[in-house]
Amino acid sequence: MTQNNSINHSMSGMSLFLKKISRDPLGILGLILVTGMIFSALAAEWIIPYDIAALDIPERLASPSLDHFLGTDHLGRDVFSRVIMGGRIALWVALVSTAVSLTIGTILGLIAGYGPRWLDNLLILSFDAVRSFPTIMFALAMVTLLGPSMNTVIFVVIATSIPAYGRVVRTQTQALKHNEFILAEQSQGAGMIRVLLVHMLPNVIGPLLIIASMDIPVVVTIEAGLSFLGLGVKPPTPSWGSILYDGYSFIRNTPWIIIAGGLPLVLTTLGFTFLGESLRDIFDPKLNKEQ
Amino acid sequence: MLAYVINRTGLAILIVVVAMTLLYGMIHAVPGDPVNVILGPRATPEMKIELEQRMGLDKPVVVQLVTFFVNVATGDLGVDVFSNQPVSSLVFEMLPHTLYLVFAGIIWAIILGIPMGCYSAIRRNSFMDKFIGIISVGTIAIPSFVVALYALLIFAVKLKWLPAIGVGEAGNVQDMILHLILPAFSVGLSWVGYIARMVRASMLEVLGENHIRTVKAFGLPQRMITYRYALRLAILPTITILGVGIGRMISSAVFAEIVFARPGIGKLIYDAVVSRNYPVVMGSVLISTILFVAATTIADFIAAMFDPRIRKNL
Repeated sequence: MTQNNSINHSMSGMSLFLKKISRDPLGILGLILVTGMIFSALAAEWIIPYDIAALDIPERLASPSLDHFLGTDHLGRDVFSRVIMGGRIALWVALVSTAVSLTIGTILGLIAGYGPRWLDNLLILSFDAVRSFPTIMFALAMVTLLGPSMNTVIFVVIATSIPAYGRVVRTQTQALKHNEFILAEQSQGAGMIRVLLVHMLPNVIGPLLIIASMDIPVVVTIEAGLSFLGLGVKPPTPSWGSILYDGYSFIRNTPWIIIAGGLPLVLTTLGFTFLGESLRDIFDPKLNKEQ
Repeated sequence: MLAYVINRTGLAILIVVVAMTLLYGMIHAVPGDPVNVILGPRATPEMKIELEQRMGLDKPVVVQLVTFFVNVATGDLGVDVFSNQPVSSLVFEMLPHTLYLVFAGIIWAIILGIPMGCYSAIRRNSFMDKFIGIISVGTIAIPSFVVALYALLIFAVKLKWLPAIGVGEAGNVQDMILHLILPAFSVGLSWVGYIARMVRASMLEVLGENHIRTVKAFGLPQRMITYRYALRLAILPTITILGVGIGRMISSAVFAEIVFARPGIGKLIYDAVVSRNYPVVMGSVLISTILFVAATTIADFIAAMFDPRIRKNL
């Protein structure tokens, strides 16, 4: 019975969401773009017409045709197949790094907000310190040491986004700390872990998820940016950034590669941003507009 | 005010010191050893020891860190591994180019963004307001290096209206401005949207206040109310955001400099990363971090100057 109720509850939440988003054209556009992107990333193997590493030198730098929807690059590889696979890489990096930094950021934020004053000061100072690096500069410094790879990209994103999540959670936790229901729980002898996980977490997680969804475009951009510089995902693994770099190198021969590499990147960042804005308006109108 | 300035400056210095300590700590925590990074896999043990001694890497971490900060305080950022030039002179030679680019980007973003925001706020919920809103979100979301690449493709390669690479002939102002247009466009574009949104939001708040109602009652024209009275207050949050914006613009400038082959601190650090020139990387990161922190601090000063409430809670 209880299980039934909870299903009903989540169903009504979902239909409420669909009803509300249907009044927001940009939200719908975002939802469509994001769904399309996730679908193409999941079904990439079945969509791509060519092997992503298959060379066809005589057909190099070809313009779009029925054989190659988006033409071929300087090695005769099919650009369309590489763009679709690149989407999978972008999504993977975004999901893994957002999940990890969200978890660590939440834990540190809860500790900073609920723990002793000195620990709070220490954590806030380190958050501010990490945020004081321009992201790309920090990324370049890390790439010099760790060498270019997908894991370096993920590490950089995690390190630079923890402070943002940490700060939000800390502020929320501090606001809740002296509420009656927390005091009541404490007076009944609840330990710190219980208070934090059972009472604080559910109250801070909502806004956090919205911020995370709006952060995904940023992560996708960092991955593509580093790969564009040749410092991210290693070839022959396709990334939108490395496709853009190939296009940049041959910009005077053919414009197709740059257009093909840039467009999905633009559509994905726009899609997640529109969806994120819409989610925020629906679920948390109080959340600061400019965050 | 003086107390605030001193406290805030102290905090800024502390943040830079902690940031560099963290970076140093990370360098020692991760598996890559700077000496191996610079010399590559074919280095002999003697070469490694020699370089270690030259860079002071054979001493304990704490000693290295203290030496680093003492050197930085005296303006010594170390020496380029390959050319033996001091890093500080390399960085300061390149810095002006990056600063021109960032300022050009900010200025055109302000010139376009502020009127857009004001217009949106006054004609709230009109078609134009919604249109500007969509444009703003759109420009914020699009990655700056894609903007740079598309601008290069369209205006330099296809239409040939503007030069594609370099900073232009030194001393020839017109040529240098022509070379600045496309990079500054790509660096500033996302800030047009940001500024428009910020100004719109704070403008709406300010327009509801009593003193604005009073000047309205005096019959002043709407233009004058908006730009002389309301904007003065509404601009404050934007100034604070611009401080943070400098840091993000430095990141975009890195890409703009590489795409348009412009000299600058971004190009310097990129070339250094590719050739694994570790002291140059560290020096550029330090200088750009100091720039970023200085910009946020100055933005806070300006905000505190206008709004006494900020001075109280640091």
